[in-house]
Amino acid sequence: MKNIIVIAVVLLAAVGLWMAAMTVNVETSAPPTTTSVQDMPGLKVGDKAPDFKLKNIDGKMVSLADYQNVKGFVVIFTCNTCPYAVAYEDRIADLHERFSKQGYPVVAIQPNDPEVQPGDALDKMAIRAKEKGFNFPYLLDEGQKVYPMYGASRTPEVYLLDNQRIVRYTGAIDDNYQDAEAVKINYVANAIAALEAGKNPEPDATKAIGCTIKVKKKG
Amino acid sequence: MMQFFYTLLGLTLLFGCASAQDHAQNDSRPKPAKMLGGIPVYDEFTSIEPIFHRKNDTTYIINFWATWCKPCVEELPYFEQLHANLRAEKVRVILISLDFPRQLESKLLPFVEKNQLQSEVLALTDIDFNSWIDKVSPQWNGAIPVTLIYNAQKRHFYGEQFPDYEALEKLVKAFF
Repeated sequence: MKNIIVIAVVLLAAVGLWMAAMTVNVETSAPPTTTSVQDMPGLKVGDKAPDFKLKNIDGKMVSLADYQNVKGFVVIFTCNTCPYAVAYEDRIADLHERFSKQGYPVVAIQPNDPEVQPGDALDKMAIRAKEKGFNFPYLLDEGQKVYPMYGASRTPEVYLLDNQRIVRYTGAIDDNYQDAEAVKINYVANAIAALEAGKNPEPDATKAIGCTIKVKKKG
Repeated sequence: MMQFFYTLLGLTLLFGCASAQDHAQNDSRPKPAKMLGGIPVYDEFTSIEPIFHRKNDTTYIINFWATWCKPCVEELPYFEQLHANLRAEKVRVILISLDFPRQLESKLLPFVEKNQLQSEVLALTDIDFNSWIDKVSPQWNGAIPVTLIYNAQKRHFYGEQFPDYEALEKLVKAFF
């Protein structure tokens, strides 16, 4: 009988410890943020996208204005550390391979704060880009000024701009992050084809599950 | 001492039964595509869509998360705490995992077991996201975590990580 009591006491203690562990989590959590994601202003289809000047993985600064003779841009907010972004790495490289020839180069921007997400620091971005053979700019949004202007809310997220930097499509690359072979709708490829045909992309906005953009916690 | 032990045993059984009954009363869980351990897995959003539109006296707290999502994992204890603290109220906490279909067995199941999650956990593997995100809320941009709280009278979509337990509880308590 004594044994059973001992077991009961140990169990209770274990539950207590577990609760304590949970409480610690609660206490070390972030203070409230003032703006919620959905309140953030951002670009809609039809809006003019702002240019930027951001540092590339080779240390050089890149702006959209640097490009000559392009018909538009595939601006992609992506990162090293989000599993969805990782799942799309090869497809992002393919997009550039395929569409830069048609005048729509990929410009990738990493929006996470490297202090919050060390795996997304510029040197780590350079390593990843080399491993994956990225032959397009992979820029760090240093100070996190650019992604809020675009209204990017997750990684990966695409803004397809035309030659006037007007947003013509925003959202996912395609409808199957898991398997490039099983994709039914190539949203970005279709949107570029629509622009080439002088039409408006349909759909011009899609949603996908992604990772939140990592921002330094205030306070 | 013996009496103490029996009281403890009795209480445990009582709570055990109460929670089983709770499930029976909310006998509204749609039929899953399959079960994985104790976790129902749904491969189409449409099969769980009724969960978002119940009209009864229960307040539903539905959280979208995944084991790979750091802010989601950080806030999970708040939902567990809520589940425990509001046991007396008519609330139902549902944690919908968006873990990768291939990783349910290797990641989700061990996570749920290791953390002994008490709230209801289900997995949704419908990856045609654009077809269903707006059905949860047009305010949802796709990033997780997000939480939907609703009952027959009102509905609130919370599109980010909760800063602390109190923020979650306050929001939920405004529903009753």
